[in-house]
Order: sequence, then structure tokens, then C-alpha cells
Amino acid sequence: MELTLWTYEGPPHIGAMRIATSMRKLHYVLHAPQGDTYADLLFTMIERRGSRPPVTYTTFQARDLGGDTAELVKGHIKEAVDRFNPEALLVGESCTAELIQDQPGSLAKGMGFDIPIVSLELPAYSKKENWGGSETFYQIVRNLLKDHSHELKQTWQEEKRRPRVNLLGPTLLGFRCRDDILEIQKLLAHHGIDVNVVAPLGASPADIIRIPDADVNVCLYPEIAESTCIWLERNLSMPFTKTIPLGVGATQDFLRELHEILEMEIPQSVNESNNSKLTWYSNSVDSNYLTGKRVFIFGDGTHALAAARIANEELGFKVVGLGTYSREMARKVRPAAKALGLEALITNDYLEVEEAIKETSPELVLGTQMERHSAKRLGIPCAVISTPMHVQDVPARYSPQMGWEGANVIFDDWVHPLMMGLEEHLIGMFKHDFEFVDGHQSHLGHLGGKGKQNINQEVKTIISNDSTNTSADPIWTHEGEKELSKIPFFVRGKVRRNTENYARQAGCREINEETLYDAKAHYKA
Amino acid sequence: MSGATLLKESGPREVFCGLTSIVWLHRRMPDAFFLVVGSRTCAHLIQSAAGVMIFAEPRFGTAILEERDLAGLADAHDELNRVVKNLLARRPEIKTLFLVGSCPSEVIKIDLSRVAENLNIELKGQVTVLNYSGSGIETTFTQGEDGALKALIPLMPNSDQKKLLLVGTLANAVEDRLISIFNRLGIDNVESFPPRQSTELPSIGSGTKVLLTQPYLTDTARELKSRGAELIEAPFPLGVTGSTLWIQAAANSFGINKSIVDSILNPLISRAKKALVPHVEKLSGKKLFLLPESQLEIPLARFLSNECGMEIVEIGTPYLNRDLMKAEIDLLPPDCRIVEGQHVEKQLDRVRDSSPDLVVCGMGLANPLEAEGISTKWSIEMVFSPIHGIDQASDLAELFSRPLRRHDILNPKTLTSI
Repeated sequence: MELTLWTYEGPPHIGAMRIATSMRKLHYVLHAPQGDTYADLLFTMIERRGSRPPVTYTTFQARDLGGDTAELVKGHIKEAVDRFNPEALLVGESCTAELIQDQPGSLAKGMGFDIPIVSLELPAYSKKENWGGSETFYQIVRNLLKDHSHELKQTWQEEKRRPRVNLLGPTLLGFRCRDDILEIQKLLAHHGIDVNVVAPLGASPADIIRIPDADVNVCLYPEIAESTCIWLERNLSMPFTKTIPLGVGATQDFLRELHEILEMEIPQSVNESNNSKLTWYSNSVDSNYLTGKRVFIFGDGTHALAAARIANEELGFKVVGLGTYSREMARKVRPAAKALGLEALITNDYLEVEEAIKETSPELVLGTQMERHSAKRLGIPCAVISTPMHVQDVPARYSPQMGWEGANVIFDDWVHPLMMGLEEHLIGMFKHDFEFVDGHQSHLGHLGGKGKQNINQEVKTIISNDSTNTSADPIWTHEGEKELSKIPFFVRGKVRRNTENYARQAGCREINEETLYDAKAHYKA
Repeated sequence: MSGATLLKESGPREVFCGLTSIVWLHRRMPDAFFLVVGSRTCAHLIQSAAGVMIFAEPRFGTAILEERDLAGLADAHDELNRVVKNLLARRPEIKTLFLVGSCPSEVIKIDLSRVAENLNIELKGQVTVLNYSGSGIETTFTQGEDGALKALIPLMPNSDQKKLLLVGTLANAVEDRLISIFNRLGIDNVESFPPRQSTELPSIGSGTKVLLTQPYLTDTARELKSRGAELIEAPFPLGVTGSTLWIQAAANSFGINKSIVDSILNPLISRAKKALVPHVEKLSGKKLFLLPESQLEIPLARFLSNECGMEIVEIGTPYLNRDLMKAEIDLLPPDCRIVEGQHVEKQLDRVRDSSPDLVVCGMGLANPLEAEGISTKWSIEMVFSPIHGIDQASDLAELFSRPLRRHDILNPKTLTSI
């Protein structure tokens, strides 16, 4: 039993719903008690979907449990097929139905429908949402393609046509999937590569059956599509790309990988520096202040890994923390963290993440919506890079993360909060100027402002206790405090701690202006 | 009963389960913690309904059952014990801990009352541990509050002191206002249940007259009666009429002179009616369809029909308690169609067929209906907004007139060709 106040991922059947709702002409009968229908609002509220998820819930109640729940399930399945007339039917259970073992999948298969029936077994007490999504997509593809003839396919060169690929992995409630698909399609079109099927988002069962018509699978979101891509490689000899085109470097690598698999010549344009504005913006002189910015990264596996690379290689930040809530991706995140001299944080406990942020005192947090809230409480700028989705993560404007335009969006999304941080610093520096109204607050809001007030109060207490202080803690002199106040607020706490440590080590009873500089030199040395 | 047509329907339902009421109960009693014993689904439901991220640490959580907890019940009890002790060590300010049963905990028959009993012995009164079920197999939405309140009743001390007890969670400001009106009427001893601190439970006995503020408290009302309290029959305090009759019923039961009641209420009534006018203009003649969710549907329909002139197509309710709802149903216009239970697909077919101007529904259904051009109002807003009492009648009406007003702003009538 695990105490959970908030969870990054829902149960596995939510993952299945993401696949079902992403697709067309598919229906999902979910054996689930009354109340599990809350999941509809994830799609209709967060994604603002104008249609209900294609899900029939059996909504059984306690009084049904005494009777024949199997008949109840069959009744709902029949009604759903009659009413929605899907090309294929998904049948599964939520956590409670798993306990009563009605096996709705087998029931459905015995009902004599002439449509494919995909039975889902998603262990609700050990797995989570992304796993459920991945398993569902895999089961759909496997079930619809298992009888596909395995005759040797001709290559695009032999067929004298343009090469074509499938884009696999985008779903509803996935981070910016809607726009990533468009961006990648644009990118591929530029290089003369056609898109055969995009799945699951927007695909019908008939589209899934067309998957083998492509030359290569592009795995855009390994959390959802990797197991499917591996199956297609093993069973239908379809190779797939492993690089996720997030960031300039990764987009270049992705294009090189894809061209190699397709046996196409890698065009020079891939290496040009003006594909994305990120490259020049990051080289421009005003980005100098980005150098060595301490960033803490936490999210799903794919976006956290990509963020670490972009931060480290393309923006010149210093990654001080890297982690994921996705246990399935831990295998990939651990070595990436190690390469940065860090230990990966693998946890589903947001309070543990908040603690880690506090300890590393970063200047920027790249995280989920939960880290945005934690960072707000700590007064640290933050940009959101990953699911779980929030209505804010479905912007009205075109806003991909992948490809060249995605890199532009990332530059803006990550750098603007920092510029606001700088603004905060300037407010601090100039707050005594007459132009500034007392209590001016930047985007960090009331908590950011309050944080500073607390520091002031702390100062006052220390000073007023001056004469009675008998502990071994060094005391800040007025000059010391004054000098400390000139240091930007976002590193001030750290400088204070370091200086106090230094003073204790050095046996200083007082911290004055000079002690501060001594400590600075000591730690830089 | 009046000429209302009472129908029953069964099929797939689209309603919240009782766990959802934790969302307002934890705010009402800031010294209580609600620990759901359930699955990741339960945790996900509550965080999706409650906007949990705004809390540094919310006062509710889920003890998520894992594979090994399902293997042996004894272990599950030990595990729960461990989780509770960790929680209490972390949150020493908690005075009352509710262990909340869920679908999976009910199905595998974890005996939460036994766990609570053992914990109470161990904790020696430091924290009171209670249990109730908010499971979807037994409860919908607001019934969770009914269960939580029922669990508190055995802790209420006995007293035959004469008092008016307001039962059901109200917004604090509304509660203060209603109490001050009762005080003005001469009813001095007015208390609320649930209280604002879980440890400050009102006493109860033969002198207690219970006035329900919410319509979904079936079990609570029965238990309070069995403790000797008298239940005042009245419609619910929504709208001018409902609130007036509700206050009058209490005044009657305390033997307050009618002229005193009138002299105090009449100015409030005429002021409230004046404030209603602009909303009545917007709502009058418009067709309303209420889908089942909060059990507030019948009183809301009564207000919107009788005081705002709306035409009721259908009133859905997840559960109909004919005794508690009698006074409400008597006030409904004749031939009003009340459907208990739900077949969500068939009901949505009826919504489309009747082309209503406004549909009251759950959050999952609102945008799909809006996309079809049908204005909606979330039923969950009714349990969060201060809507009770004479003074709030226009605010209540505004909740319904706003979507219509918005629809008109965004879709101005254009001149059609002659």
C-alpha cells in the first residue's frame, strides 16, 4: 500500500482510453463501476474535446454484484456495438472489475460479432497510465495485423515511388502531440518523405491495417509506441527510428538516422545552422547570461531526456538534477544522468521532487505542471516540458516541441521565465529608486514576493538577537547583510548558506563584507 | 404528491462517485484528513475533480492498493495501519481521520471499521479515526457527504437542550448569514453539522430540531432522528420561495409569531425578487434539461421553473428519496418529468430531441453538448457556490443566465433575408 497525495500517471485503463479516444471508428467497452466515468472530463475539459470519448462504461453497482454481472457486461457490449457500429471493439476492465473476474474480453469474443475484438488485460494494481497506453496500442496493432501476409516487400526504390513512413505514438493527453505531428510531417515533406499512417491519433482500424505499406516506422513517443515498433520490426521486418526529434541536435540526428535507414543520401541542409532560430538566438550576445544557468529537469522519460540534451548542448545551461516519474523509462534516464555527473531521480512522489529541487537550488525548473506549482512556492522560474496534461498545455496557437519549429518554441518557453527571473532581480536592485512602487511583483506572484519578505524578517531577528546569541552560529554584521542583499535573490539563499558554512569552518564569529568575499573565493577555488 | 411523473431508468451512468464529496468536505473541516483506501483510479479521480496541484499538501490522499495487498486481507490491514501512522506522524495537526472506502476496498472486503477501531485504541484519543464508504458501487457524488456525516453522528454528545441544527455543508458566509437571520427571528441556539472544526461536534437529543440545508442527506437524517432529533419538513433553501418556506418551517417549529417572521423576511423577499428580475428576463420561457448528478436537481428545477419561468423538459436525479423530496415535488408544476437513474445514451438522445436552451450536466458531458450548440451549466458548481438562502437567489439565477447571456454575446442575431 502506498500513500499518494497526487499522482503523475493515472491507472492503466486511462492509457487505454487515450488510445481509444485518439482513434476513429473504434469503441471501448470498459467494465467499470459507477464513478469511473470521471475520465471523460480529462478529454472534454483538458483537451476541450467537442465529442465524448468512445467509451461505454458498464457502471455496475453493489446490487449488480449479487446477480449475473457477466450478463450485464454482454448487454452493454451489444448495445455499444449496435449504437456505435465500430470497425473494431476494445474490451477491458478498470481496477474494480479486475477483482470480480468477469473476463469481458472473452465474453465479447463469444458473442459472434464480425468485427475484430481486442481484449485488454491491464493489471491495475501494478501498472500505470503510459504502460496501459502502450499495451493497448500494441494489442490493437498486433490483433489487426497478426494475419497480415509476410511476403517480402519491395523497397521504395524498386517500386519507383517516394519513401513513406508511419508516425507512431502521438495520442490525446500527450504533450503537444497535435502540433508535433504537423511539424514532423512538414519536416519529412521537405526531404521528400511521405507519411503513410499517423497512429494512434486520428487513425481508424482500417488505417492500422495499412501500417505495413510504409518503409519505416518513426517512433515519436517511446512511452506509447516503442513496444509496437519492436513488434513490427520483428514480425513485419519494418525498421524504426530511435532518435526523438526534440531539439536542434536531435532533429539533425533523427534526419540522419531516417535517411540512412531509407538508404537516402543525407542532404547538406540537415547540418545548416539556420534551420531553427534556437541556434542563433543561443549564440547571440544577450544569451550570454544563460551560461551555466542551473536547471532541474523532471518529467516523462522522453521529454526529460531531450530537455537534458538541449539544456546541456544547445543552451549552455548546467543540468543540476534529472529525473522521471516513468519507471519504464528509468533504464534510459539513469545513464543520461550519470553522464552529467548526476544520480537520476526516479519517483512518483511529487514531494520528493520538490525536496530535490530545494536541495539543488536551481535557477530554472523544467518539469510537469506539478513542478510548476512547486517552483512557484519556492520562487523559482519554471517551464513545463511534459505530461501530465493541464488545460494550459493545449494552447490555441501552433506550438510543437519537435523539429525546427519545436526548437524555436522550446527556446522561447524556457528562456522567457528566466528573463522574468532577471526582471525580478532588477526589481530587487532598483527597488529603492523612486520609480518603483513598493510591493511591485513580477510573474512569480505573491509567494515570490513573500519569500523575500521572509528573508528580511529573518535578518531582523538575527540582528535583534545579536547581544543574546550564544550559539556557535556566526552573526551577520550590518555590512555583511548589505553586501548579501546585492546578490541576486535566486542565489542569495545559497550564498548565505555557503558563507555561513565557510565562517564556521574558518572559525569566524562574525560575517562582514570581507567574509563574504573570502567565502566566495574559497568556493570558487 | 403533485402531478409529477416519476420514472426510473437504468443503463450506463455518467455520474461521479461519492469520493468526490471529499473535495468540499476537506475544506469545511480543516482539521480533518480524508484517506481513501482504494486504487490509482480513486487517486486520479479526486485529483482530476479537485485541482489538487494548488495545495502544497492536500488534506486528502489515497492509500493505493497494490498487488500484494490483494493477496491477503490481514496484510492489507497491517499495511493500512502502517500508512496511517506514517501519515499522522507527518501531519500532527490532524484531529479526525476519515478512512474512506472505495470500490476495490469494498469488493475485497477490507473491514475499515475494524481498522478504525484498532487505531482508535492505539492512538488513545489523540486522533479520532472514522470510516465510511464513498465507493461508486454504493454511492454517487453527494452521497459521500451523507456517509461522512453519518460516521460523525455517534460522536455527537447527548443533550436535550432546545436548538436548531442546520445539517449539510454550506459556504461559511452563507451559513453565517442564515444563522443571523434565525437569531433575528428569536432562535438563538443555532448550530451547524458538519461543524467547522471536526472536534467541535454539536450535541443532539430530543430538543434538537433538524433543518436540512442539502437534499442528499438521507442516511444522516435517519440517524439524527434515531438520536431523538426532530426533522423539520420543508423544501430546500434554494431560491426566494424555497428559502422562505425553509425559514418559516423552522420558525413555525419554534413557535415564532408569524407577524415577526413576516416583518423580518418580507424586506429580504422583496429585495431578492427585485434582484431576480434581469435573470428572469433571460431565463423565462427557456427550456431546461437537468441530467442526474448532485440530487440538487429537483430543488433547482423547482426554483428555475417557479421563480424564473423556465420550462422543464426533464429532471434527472441519481437517487430519489420521496420522503425528503416530498415538499419539493409538491411545488413542481404538474406533469413535470422526473427520471431516477440513468441511461446516458438514451437520455442524451432525449436532450437532442428536445433541443433545450440549457442543460445542467457533469463536466464530462458539457463540452460535447456545447459543441452541438447546446448551452450547459456544470452541476458540480452548485456544491461549491454560495447559493443557499433568500439573499443568494439572484446569484443562483445568475449561474444559469450567464451561459445564455454568453451564448447571445457570441452569437448575435443577424438580419435574415426577408
